Amino acid sequence: MGVVNVRELTGKSNPLAEGHRMCPGCGAPTALRQAFMGMDSPVVVVGATGCLEVSTTVYPYSSWRAPFLHVAFENAGAAVSGVVAAHRAMSRKKLFREEIKFVAFGGDGGTYDIGFQSLSGALERGHDFTYICYNNQGYMNTGAQRSGATPRSANTTTSPAGILAPGKLQRAKNLTEIAAAHNIPYVAQTTLHDPLDLIRKVRRAVETPGPAFVNILVPCALFWKINPADQVKICRLAADSKFWPIYEVVNGERVVSYTPKKPVPVEDFLRAQGRYAHLFAGGGVRRDLIDQAQADVDAEWENLTQNRRSS
Amino acid sequence: MSGGAPCWQDILPGTVTLGESSRVVETGLWRSLRPILDVEKCVSCLKCWVQCPDMSIQTGEGGAVQGIDMFFCKGCGICAAVCPTGAISIRPESDFQDEADASSGGASPGKVGELVGQL
Repeated sequence: MGVVNVRELTGKSNPLAEGHRMCPGCGAPTALRQAFMGMDSPVVVVGATGCLEVSTTVYPYSSWRAPFLHVAFENAGAAVSGVVAAHRAMSRKKLFREEIKFVAFGGDGGTYDIGFQSLSGALERGHDFTYICYNNQGYMNTGAQRSGATPRSANTTTSPAGILAPGKLQRAKNLTEIAAAHNIPYVAQTTLHDPLDLIRKVRRAVETPGPAFVNILVPCALFWKINPADQVKICRLAADSKFWPIYEVVNGERVVSYTPKKPVPVEDFLRAQGRYAHLFAGGGVRRDLIDQAQADVDAEWENLTQNRRSS
Repeated sequence: MSGGAPCWQDILPGTVTLGESSRVVETGLWRSLRPILDVEKCVSCLKCWVQCPDMSIQTGEGGAVQGIDMFFCKGCGICAAVCPTGAISIRPESDFQDEADASSGGASPGKVGELVGQL
């Protein structure tokens, strides 16, 4: 893939415009903005319901410079399939000549849970599009409820930490691997620790013919209970603790794109966020849950690296 | 409906038809912290530009950082946190109370009727 020159990118117009109503320091607009930086062709954007969809299309304003379609929470995958198929049909009739890229996005609620069936169908049918999941690990638009992406022990409003339960009891599902199991040509996972990695991955996803899926971990300052200014620091901790492995799956082969030089224990990542404060509260450190989190991380890293292509 | 109130036919369809129309929305009004750029220290590495969620870092020819757009900046402080040379400092908005107009002016969020009138 080509070299990314940020200096050149400043001269380019971005499909996501100013004036959107996302919270100060939200990771989602940053993720999408960086994602679009890697694209050279005109783009059609399809959004699942979620914070980013709601906040960029507050009636009667729109923050999109590109054609934008929102249908519902559960069908971004189906909607983008239809748009891609319509474009193909119209191109065949010579109504379109230029190359257009199709991008669908959703939060983890609209991707892991509610929109999963339509996404799975779209990946399986093999439409030429890129799906970007901005994953803040919960339903933020409705008030920090747990989702299928919420990690174990996180305090959410529907898995509250208290006397009876220490936050969410279940492990998050691994949607990146589930997407890869559809045998699609390109799947990637990254976060906001390194913009160049994100830009490069989305560029590759868009340039790959056929479906591609990119899962981007983005902090939600309100849910994760962090200082919004610490966004990049938290993402680095996620990558360095291997909590969120940075890798891609190219035609079925796993390639780790970032191996931390100085790995940190997952405890550092947990301790930095208020949603895990109950694990460290009042001297009663829940060592068992911290060890459990470390065991979850180690097991996933082990799985990932065992499949790694030797390059 | 009577008394001059608009009927549903008079209202825009439930579709936002104008691209980038949110650029009239002054999200800078939310700000409680204000980033101050010291151009002397800035080396235009663009780390703030690429990480800004609100596209508020203004750049010129060749990607030179020129300033911060207070019309959109919500004051999250990410720019100052990622700045390697300490060129961006964060100060509370209350320090700027005596400014005649703290932000750059323009339409405010909530002036929906006015915008609809322009369509």
